[in-house]
Amino acid sequence: MIREFGPNEIIYITLAVRYTVLLSLIAFAGGAVGGLIIALMRVSQNKYRRWLAVAFIRVFQGTPLLMQLFLAYFGMAIMGFPIDPWTAASVALVLHAAAFLGEIWRGCIESVPDGQHEAARVVGLGYINRMRYVVLPQASRIAVGPTTGFLVQLIKATSLASIIGFTELTRAGQIISNATFEPFMVISLVAALYFALCWPLSKLASHMEHKFNQATTR
Amino acid sequence: MYDFNFAPVFGSFDALLVGAWLTIQMSTIAMIIGLVLSILGAVGKTSGPKPVRFAINVYIEIIRNTPFLVQLYFFFFALPALGVRLGPNQAALLALVVNFGAYGTEIVRAGVASVGKGNIEAAKTVGLNFTQTLRYVILKPALRAIYPALTSQFIYLMLASSVVSVISATDLAAAGNDLQSQTFASFEVYIVITAMYFAMSLAFSGVFALIGKYAFSYPMSR
Repeated sequence: MIREFGPNEIIYITLAVRYTVLLSLIAFAGGAVGGLIIALMRVSQNKYRRWLAVAFIRVFQGTPLLMQLFLAYFGMAIMGFPIDPWTAASVALVLHAAAFLGEIWRGCIESVPDGQHEAARVVGLGYINRMRYVVLPQASRIAVGPTTGFLVQLIKATSLASIIGFTELTRAGQIISNATFEPFMVISLVAALYFALCWPLSKLASHMEHKFNQATTR
Repeated sequence: MYDFNFAPVFGSFDALLVGAWLTIQMSTIAMIIGLVLSILGAVGKTSGPKPVRFAINVYIEIIRNTPFLVQLYFFFFALPALGVRLGPNQAALLALVVNFGAYGTEIVRAGVASVGKGNIEAAKTVGLNFTQTLRYVILKPALRAIYPALTSQFIYLMLASSVVSVISATDLAAAGNDLQSQTFASFEVYIVITAMYFAMSLAFSGVFALIGKYAFSYPMSR
Protein backbone atom coordinates (compact mmCIF):
# COMPACT_ATOMS: atom_id res chain seq x y z
CA MET A 1 0.00 0.00 0.00
CA ILE A 2 1.23 3.45 -0.87
CA ARG A 3 1.00 6.07 1.84
CA GLU A 4 -0.11 9.61 1.12
CA PHE A 5 2.47 12.36 1.53
CA GLY A 6 0.46 14.31 4.08
CA PRO A 7 0.92 16.37 7.27
CA ASN A 8 2.02 13.32 9.28
CA GLU A 9 4.87 12.62 6.90
CA ILE A 10 5.93 16.26 6.90
CA ILE A 11 5.91 16.26 10.71
CA TYR A 12 7.92 13.00 10.84
CA ILE A 13 10.63 14.42 8.58
CA THR A 14 10.69 17.77 10.35
CA LEU A 15 11.04 16.10 13.75
CA ALA A 16 14.03 14.13 12.46
CA VAL A 17 15.89 17.46 12.38
CA ARG A 18 16.49 17.02 16.11
CA TYR A 19 18.69 13.94 15.48
CA THR A 20 20.69 15.85 12.89
CA VAL A 21 21.09 18.72 15.38
CA LEU A 22 21.94 16.36 18.24
CA LEU A 23 24.55 14.46 16.20
CA SER A 24 26.04 17.77 15.01
CA LEU A 25 26.25 19.01 18.61
CA ILE A 26 27.91 15.79 19.82
CA ALA A 27 30.40 15.94 16.95
CA PHE A 28 31.05 19.63 17.54
CA ALA A 29 31.50 19.32 21.32
CA GLY A 30 33.79 16.29 21.04
CA GLY A 31 35.56 17.81 18.06
CA ALA A 32 36.16 21.04 19.96
CA VAL A 33 37.93 19.21 22.80
CA GLY A 34 39.95 17.10 20.36
CA GLY A 35 40.56 20.06 18.07
CA LEU A 36 41.99 22.17 20.88
CA ILE A 37 44.39 19.37 21.80
CA ILE A 38 45.39 18.89 18.15
CA ALA A 39 45.85 22.63 17.62
CA LEU A 40 48.05 22.96 20.74
CA MET A 41 50.09 19.91 19.70
CA ARG A 42 50.43 21.38 16.22
CA VAL A 43 52.04 24.60 17.57
CA SER A 44 54.03 22.80 20.28
CA GLN A 45 57.82 23.11 20.66
CA ASN A 46 58.13 19.33 20.75
CA LYS A 47 58.62 18.03 17.23
CA TYR A 48 57.09 14.58 17.89
CA ARG A 49 53.88 16.16 19.15
CA ARG A 50 53.84 18.41 16.11
CA TRP A 51 54.46 15.47 13.81
CA LEU A 52 51.69 13.42 15.43
CA ALA A 53 49.20 16.27 15.04
CA VAL A 54 50.16 16.76 11.38
CA ALA A 55 49.72 13.04 10.70
CA PHE A 56 46.30 13.03 12.39
CA ILE A 57 45.14 16.05 10.37
CA ARG A 58 46.52 14.67 7.08
CA VAL A 59 44.84 11.29 7.50
CA PHE A 60 41.43 12.69 8.40
CA GLN A 61 41.52 15.44 5.78
CA GLY A 62 42.91 13.11 3.11
CA THR A 63 40.36 10.28 3.34
CA PRO A 64 36.62 10.34 2.64
CA LEU A 65 34.35 10.82 5.65
CA LEU A 66 32.24 7.93 4.33
CA MET A 67 35.20 5.57 4.71
CA GLN A 68 35.87 6.91 8.23
CA LEU A 69 32.25 6.12 9.08
CA PHE A 70 32.52 2.60 7.63
CA LEU A 71 35.75 1.96 9.53
CA ALA A 72 34.20 3.16 12.80
CA TYR A 73 31.13 1.02 12.12
CA PHE A 74 32.93 -2.22 11.23
CA GLY A 75 35.80 -1.48 13.60
CA MET A 76 33.40 -1.57 16.55
CA ALA A 77 32.34 -5.07 15.59
CA ILE A 78 35.97 -6.16 15.40
CA MET A 79 36.74 -4.79 18.84
CA GLY A 80 33.84 -6.77 20.23
CA PHE A 81 31.36 -3.95 20.78
CA PRO A 82 27.79 -4.38 19.54
CA ILE A 83 27.27 -2.48 16.30
CA ASP A 84 25.41 0.73 17.03
CA PRO A 85 25.05 3.53 14.45
CA TRP A 86 24.85 6.21 17.19
CA THR A 87 28.27 5.34 18.61
CA ALA A 88 29.90 4.69 15.26
CA ALA A 89 28.62 7.96 13.75
CA SER A 90 29.58 9.93 16.87
CA VAL A 91 33.10 8.50 17.01
CA ALA A 92 33.78 9.08 13.31
CA LEU A 93 32.35 12.60 13.28
CA VAL A 94 34.15 13.61 16.50
CA LEU A 95 37.52 12.53 15.04
CA HIS A 96 36.69 14.19 11.72
CA ALA A 97 35.72 17.46 13.46
CA ALA A 98 38.82 17.30 15.69
CA ALA A 99 41.10 17.18 12.64
CA PHE A 100 39.40 20.08 10.86
CA LEU A 101 38.99 22.27 13.95
CA GLY A 102 42.58 21.51 14.93
CA GLU A 103 43.80 22.84 11.59
CA ILE A 104 41.51 25.90 11.71
CA TRP A 105 42.49 26.80 15.27
CA ARG A 106 46.20 26.25 14.61
CA GLY A 107 45.96 29.08 12.08
CA CYS A 108 44.18 31.26 14.64
CA ILE A 109 46.79 30.56 17.33
CA GLU A 110 49.61 31.28 14.90
CA SER A 111 48.04 34.57 13.86
CA VAL A 112 48.44 35.90 17.42
CA PRO A 113 51.65 37.97 17.11
CA ASP A 114 54.85 36.40 18.45
CA GLY A 115 55.36 39.42 20.69
CA GLN A 116 52.35 38.34 22.75
CA HIS A 117 53.91 34.91 23.43
CA GLU A 118 57.26 36.50 24.26
CA ALA A 119 55.80 39.19 26.50
CA ALA A 120 53.80 36.59 28.41
CA ARG A 121 56.96 34.55 28.88
CA VAL A 122 58.92 37.59 30.02
CA VAL A 123 56.38 38.46 32.73
CA GLY A 124 56.84 34.92 34.00
CA LEU A 125 53.72 33.11 32.85
CA GLY A 126 54.10 29.34 32.41
CA TYR A 127 52.76 27.44 29.40
CA ILE A 128 49.24 26.91 30.74
CA ASN A 129 48.75 30.48 31.96
CA ARG A 130 50.31 31.87 28.80
CA MET A 131 47.85 29.94 26.65
CA ARG A 132 44.89 30.40 29.00
CA TYR A 133 45.15 34.15 29.61
CA VAL A 134 47.16 35.57 26.71
CA VAL A 135 47.12 33.53 23.50
CA LEU A 136 43.82 31.62 23.40
CA PRO A 137 41.56 34.59 24.27
CA GLN A 138 43.04 36.51 21.34
CA ALA A 139 42.98 33.49 19.04
CA SER A 140 39.37 32.72 19.92
CA ARG A 141 38.22 36.10 18.58
CA ILE A 142 39.78 35.27 15.21
CA ALA A 143 38.35 31.75 15.36
CA VAL A 144 34.64 32.57 15.76
CA GLY A 145 33.94 33.15 12.06
CA PRO A 146 35.77 30.13 10.58
CA THR A 147 34.47 27.88 13.37
CA THR A 148 30.88 28.83 12.60
CA GLY A 149 31.64 28.13 8.94
CA PHE A 150 32.92 24.69 9.85
CA LEU A 151 29.77 24.01 11.89
CA VAL A 152 27.84 24.31 8.61
CA GLN A 153 30.18 21.71 7.03
CA LEU A 154 29.63 19.46 10.03
CA ILE A 155 25.81 19.66 9.88
CA LYS A 156 26.00 18.72 6.20
CA ALA A 157 28.46 15.92 7.00
CA THR A 158 26.03 14.30 9.46
CA SER A 159 23.88 13.37 6.44
CA LEU A 160 26.42 10.62 5.67
CA ALA A 161 25.50 8.92 8.94
CA SER A 162 22.27 7.90 7.18
CA ILE A 163 24.33 5.48 5.07
CA ILE A 164 25.34 3.43 8.11
CA GLY A 165 21.73 3.35 9.27
CA PHE A 166 21.53 6.33 11.60
CA THR A 167 18.02 7.77 11.35
CA GLU A 168 18.52 11.50 11.01
CA LEU A 169 17.02 13.96 8.55
CA THR A 170 18.31 12.37 5.32
CA ARG A 171 17.35 8.84 6.32
CA ALA A 172 13.93 9.93 7.60
CA GLY A 173 13.42 11.45 4.16
CA GLN A 174 14.47 8.20 2.47
CA ILE A 175 12.07 6.17 4.61
CA ILE A 176 9.14 8.45 3.78
CA SER A 177 10.19 8.63 0.13
CA ASN A 178 10.14 4.83 -0.12
CA ALA A 179 6.73 4.64 1.55
CA THR A 180 5.01 7.41 -0.39
CA PHE A 181 6.74 7.30 -3.80
CA GLU A 182 6.95 11.09 -3.72
CA PRO A 183 10.73 11.52 -3.98
CA PHE A 184 10.54 15.00 -5.46
CA MET A 185 8.45 16.45 -2.62
CA VAL A 186 10.34 14.57 0.09
CA ILE A 187 13.87 15.36 -1.07
CA SER A 188 12.96 19.00 -1.65
CA LEU A 189 11.60 19.17 1.91
CA VAL A 190 14.75 17.55 3.30
CA ALA A 191 16.94 19.97 1.34
CA ALA A 192 14.84 22.92 2.54
CA LEU A 193 15.24 21.82 6.17
CA TYR A 194 19.03 21.53 5.80
CA PHE A 195 19.02 24.94 4.17
CA ALA A 196 17.01 26.38 7.07
CA LEU A 197 19.63 25.00 9.48
CA CYS A 198 22.74 25.98 7.54
CA TRP A 199 21.96 29.24 5.78
CA PRO A 200 21.59 31.42 8.89
CA LEU A 201 24.87 29.97 10.21
CA SER A 202 26.64 30.64 6.90
CA LYS A 203 25.37 34.22 6.91
CA LEU A 204 26.46 34.63 10.51
CA ALA A 205 29.92 33.23 9.72
CA SER A 206 30.54 35.54 6.78
CA HIS A 207 29.12 38.49 8.74
CA MET A 208 31.51 37.82 11.62
CA GLU A 209 34.50 37.36 9.32
CA HIS A 210 33.64 40.60 7.55
CA LYS A 211 33.27 42.47 10.84
CA PHE A 212 36.55 41.05 12.13
CA ASN A 213 38.39 42.04 8.94
CA GLN A 214 37.00 45.55 9.19
CA ALA A 215 38.06 45.84 12.82
CA THR A 216 41.61 44.68 12.16
CA THR A 217 42.49 46.31 8.84
CA ARG A 218 43.13 49.98 8.63
CA MET B 1 41.38 -11.21 19.36
CA TYR B 2 40.21 -10.62 15.79
CA ASP B 3 42.20 -12.29 13.00
CA PHE B 4 42.81 -9.90 10.18
CA ASN B 5 42.56 -11.52 6.81
CA PHE B 6 43.81 -9.40 3.97
CA ALA B 7 44.32 -12.25 1.51
CA PRO B 8 40.91 -12.00 -0.22
CA VAL B 9 41.28 -8.23 -0.49
CA PHE B 10 44.62 -8.35 -2.23
CA GLY B 11 43.43 -11.31 -4.30
CA SER B 12 40.93 -8.95 -5.93
CA PHE B 13 43.16 -5.91 -5.94
CA ASP B 14 42.68 -5.45 -9.71
CA ALA B 15 38.99 -4.69 -9.17
CA LEU B 16 39.98 -2.02 -6.64
CA LEU B 17 42.49 -0.49 -9.05
CA VAL B 18 39.75 -0.29 -11.69
CA GLY B 19 37.56 1.41 -9.09
CA ALA B 20 40.31 3.89 -8.27
CA TRP B 21 40.71 4.70 -11.94
CA LEU B 22 36.93 5.25 -12.25
CA THR B 23 37.05 7.63 -9.27
CA ILE B 24 39.92 9.62 -10.82
CA GLN B 25 38.13 9.68 -14.17
CA MET B 26 34.83 10.85 -12.72
CA SER B 27 36.46 13.51 -10.53
CA THR B 28 38.55 14.84 -13.41
CA ILE B 29 35.61 15.07 -15.82
CA ALA B 30 33.47 16.69 -13.11
CA MET B 31 36.26 19.18 -12.38
CA ILE B 32 36.70 20.16 -16.05
CA ILE B 33 32.98 20.67 -16.70
CA GLY B 34 32.60 22.25 -13.26
CA LEU B 35 35.39 24.70 -14.05
CA VAL B 36 33.63 25.84 -17.22
CA LEU B 37 30.47 26.30 -15.14
CA SER B 38 32.48 28.21 -12.52
CA ILE B 39 33.95 30.59 -15.08
CA LEU B 40 30.51 31.24 -16.57
CA GLY B 41 29.15 31.70 -13.06
CA ALA B 42 31.92 34.11 -12.09
CA VAL B 43 31.43 36.18 -15.26
CA GLY B 44 27.67 36.24 -14.68
CA LYS B 45 28.07 37.17 -11.05
CA THR B 46 30.49 40.05 -11.67
CA SER B 47 29.11 41.56 -14.87
CA GLY B 48 25.71 40.02 -15.57
CA PRO B 49 22.38 41.84 -15.31
CA LYS B 50 20.67 41.91 -11.94
CA PRO B 51 18.35 38.88 -12.40
CA VAL B 52 21.31 36.74 -13.55
CA ARG B 53 23.36 37.82 -10.53
CA PHE B 54 20.44 37.01 -8.27
CA ALA B 55 19.92 33.57 -9.85
CA ILE B 56 23.62 32.72 -9.49
CA ASN B 57 23.58 33.78 -5.85
CA VAL B 58 20.53 31.60 -5.17
CA TYR B 59 22.30 28.65 -6.85
CA ILE B 60 25.46 29.14 -4.80
CA GLU B 61 23.61 29.50 -1.50
CA ILE B 62 21.41 26.45 -2.10
CA ILE B 63 24.33 24.21 -3.04
CA ARG B 64 26.59 25.42 -0.24
CA ASN B 65 23.95 25.03 2.45
CA THR B 66 22.65 21.54 1.65
CA PRO B 67 24.56 18.23 1.92
CA PHE B 68 26.08 16.70 -1.21
CA LEU B 69 24.26 13.45 -0.43
CA VAL B 70 20.88 15.19 -0.61
CA GLN B 71 21.88 16.84 -3.91
CA LEU B 72 22.84 13.43 -5.22
CA TYR B 73 19.48 11.94 -4.16
CA PHE B 74 17.75 14.86 -5.81
CA PHE B 75 19.38 14.21 -9.18
CA PHE B 76 18.93 10.45 -8.99
CA PHE B 77 15.56 9.96 -7.25
CA ALA B 78 13.69 13.26 -7.64
CA LEU B 79 14.51 14.27 -11.22
CA PRO B 80 12.66 11.25 -12.73
CA ALA B 81 9.49 12.76 -11.20
CA LEU B 82 10.08 15.72 -13.50
CA GLY B 83 10.58 13.36 -16.45
CA VAL B 84 14.40 13.46 -16.49
CA ARG B 85 15.72 9.94 -16.04
CA LEU B 86 19.47 9.58 -15.46
CA GLY B 87 21.63 6.52 -14.93
CA PRO B 88 23.59 6.30 -11.66
CA ASN B 89 26.85 7.42 -13.23
CA GLN B 90 25.22 10.31 -15.08
CA ALA B 91 23.38 11.47 -11.96
CA ALA B 92 26.63 11.21 -9.97
CA LEU B 93 28.55 13.24 -12.53
CA LEU B 94 25.81 15.86 -12.71
CA ALA B 95 25.68 16.18 -8.92
CA LEU B 96 29.48 16.54 -8.72
CA VAL B 97 29.52 19.18 -11.48
CA VAL B 98 26.68 21.20 -9.95
CA ASN B 99 28.32 20.98 -6.52
CA PHE B 100 31.77 21.96 -7.79
CA GLY B 101 30.28 24.81 -9.82
CA ALA B 102 28.93 26.56 -6.73
CA TYR B 103 32.24 26.51 -4.86
CA GLY B 104 34.25 27.12 -8.04
CA THR B 105 32.24 30.22 -8.98
CA GLU B 106 33.23 31.88 -5.72
CA ILE B 107 36.87 30.81 -6.10
CA VAL B 108 37.16 32.11 -9.68
CA ARG B 109 35.31 35.33 -8.90
CA ALA B 110 37.59 36.07 -5.94
CA GLY B 111 40.65 35.34 -8.10
CA VAL B 112 39.63 37.71 -10.88
CA ALA B 113 38.65 40.37 -8.34
CA SER B 114 42.14 40.12 -6.83
CA VAL B 115 43.71 41.54 -10.01
CA GLY B 116 44.06 45.23 -9.24
CA LYS B 117 42.60 47.80 -11.59
CA GLY B 118 45.86 49.73 -11.29
CA ASN B 119 47.76 46.81 -12.84
CA ILE B 120 45.56 46.89 -15.94
CA GLU B 121 46.03 50.66 -16.27
CA ALA B 122 49.78 50.25 -15.77
CA ALA B 123 49.85 47.59 -18.52
CA LYS B 124 48.12 50.00 -20.87
CA THR B 125 50.60 52.74 -19.95
CA VAL B 126 53.68 50.63 -20.68
CA GLY B 127 52.18 49.77 -24.06
CA LEU B 128 50.94 46.19 -23.73
CA ASN B 129 48.20 45.38 -26.20
CA PHE B 130 44.90 43.75 -25.26
CA THR B 131 45.99 40.09 -25.61
CA GLN B 132 49.22 40.72 -23.71
CA THR B 133 47.33 42.47 -20.95
CA LEU B 134 44.81 39.65 -20.77
CA ARG B 135 47.50 37.00 -20.72
CA TYR B 136 50.20 38.44 -18.46
CA VAL B 137 48.39 40.97 -16.32
CA ILE B 138 44.94 39.47 -15.80
CA LEU B 139 44.91 35.70 -16.41
CA LYS B 140 48.26 34.63 -15.04
CA PRO B 141 47.99 36.40 -11.67
CA ALA B 142 44.32 35.43 -11.40
CA LEU B 143 45.17 31.78 -12.10
CA ARG B 144 47.96 31.97 -9.58
CA ALA B 145 45.57 33.39 -7.01
CA ILE B 146 42.91 30.72 -7.49
CA TYR B 147 45.25 27.76 -8.04
CA PRO B 148 45.64 26.63 -4.38
CA ALA B 149 41.90 26.89 -3.62
CA LEU B 150 41.01 25.17 -6.89
CA THR B 151 43.33 22.22 -6.36
CA SER B 152 42.20 21.64 -2.80
CA GLN B 153 38.62 21.83 -4.05
CA PHE B 154 39.50 19.08 -6.54
CA ILE B 155 40.81 16.83 -3.78
CA TYR B 156 37.71 17.59 -1.73
CA LEU B 157 35.62 16.65 -4.78
CA MET B 158 37.49 13.37 -5.22
CA LEU B 159 36.95 12.41 -1.58
CA ALA B 160 33.31 13.52 -1.61
CA SER B 161 32.75 11.47 -4.78
CA SER B 162 32.99 8.29 -2.66
CA VAL B 163 29.39 9.05 -1.68
CA VAL B 164 28.12 8.33 -5.21
CA SER B 165 28.49 4.62 -4.51
CA VAL B 166 25.21 4.79 -2.53
CA ILE B 167 23.23 5.32 -5.72
CA SER B 168 25.18 2.39 -7.25
CA ALA B 169 27.39 4.55 -9.44
CA THR B 170 30.70 2.78 -10.12
CA ASP B 171 33.78 4.10 -8.34
CA LEU B 172 36.40 3.03 -5.80
CA ALA B 173 33.96 2.94 -2.87
CA ALA B 174 31.52 0.90 -4.95
CA ALA B 175 34.29 -1.55 -5.85
CA GLY B 176 34.91 -1.82 -2.11
CA ASN B 177 31.23 -2.44 -1.39
CA ASP B 178 31.15 -5.26 -3.96
CA LEU B 179 34.28 -6.87 -2.59
CA GLN B 180 33.00 -6.51 0.96
CA SER B 181 29.80 -8.37 0.17
CA GLN B 182 31.76 -11.17 -1.54
CA THR B 183 34.45 -11.67 1.10
CA PHE B 184 32.72 -10.50 4.32
CA ALA B 185 36.08 -9.01 5.31
CA SER B 186 34.46 -5.58 5.74
CA PHE B 187 37.05 -3.94 7.94
CA GLU B 188 40.00 -5.12 5.86
CA VAL B 189 38.34 -4.01 2.62
CA TYR B 190 37.58 -0.52 3.94
CA ILE B 191 41.03 -0.12 5.48
CA VAL B 192 42.58 -0.83 2.07
CA ILE B 193 40.09 1.44 0.27
CA THR B 194 40.73 4.24 2.76
CA ALA B 195 44.47 3.84 2.26
CA MET B 196 43.96 4.04 -1.50
CA TYR B 197 41.95 7.26 -1.20
CA PHE B 198 44.67 8.62 1.08
CA ALA B 199 47.38 7.71 -1.42
CA MET B 200 45.40 9.35 -4.21
CA SER B 201 44.88 12.58 -2.28
CA LEU B 202 48.57 12.70 -1.27
CA ALA B 203 49.66 12.01 -4.86
CA PHE B 204 47.39 14.67 -6.30
CA SER B 205 48.38 17.32 -3.78
CA GLY B 206 52.04 16.49 -4.46
CA VAL B 207 51.61 16.81 -8.23
CA PHE B 208 49.59 20.01 -7.87
CA ALA B 209 52.25 21.54 -5.60
CA LEU B 210 54.94 20.64 -8.15
CA ILE B 211 52.98 22.12 -11.05
CA GLY B 212 52.26 25.23 -8.99
CA LYS B 213 55.93 25.66 -8.20
CA TYR B 214 57.00 25.62 -11.85
CA ALA B 215 54.02 27.29 -13.49
CA PHE B 216 53.81 30.26 -11.15
CA SER B 217 57.41 30.74 -10.10
CA TYR B 218 57.89 34.30 -11.28
CA PRO B 219 58.54 36.94 -8.63
CA MET B 220 55.62 38.81 -7.17
CA SER B 221 55.78 41.90 -5.00
CA ARG B 222 53.31 40.52 -2.45
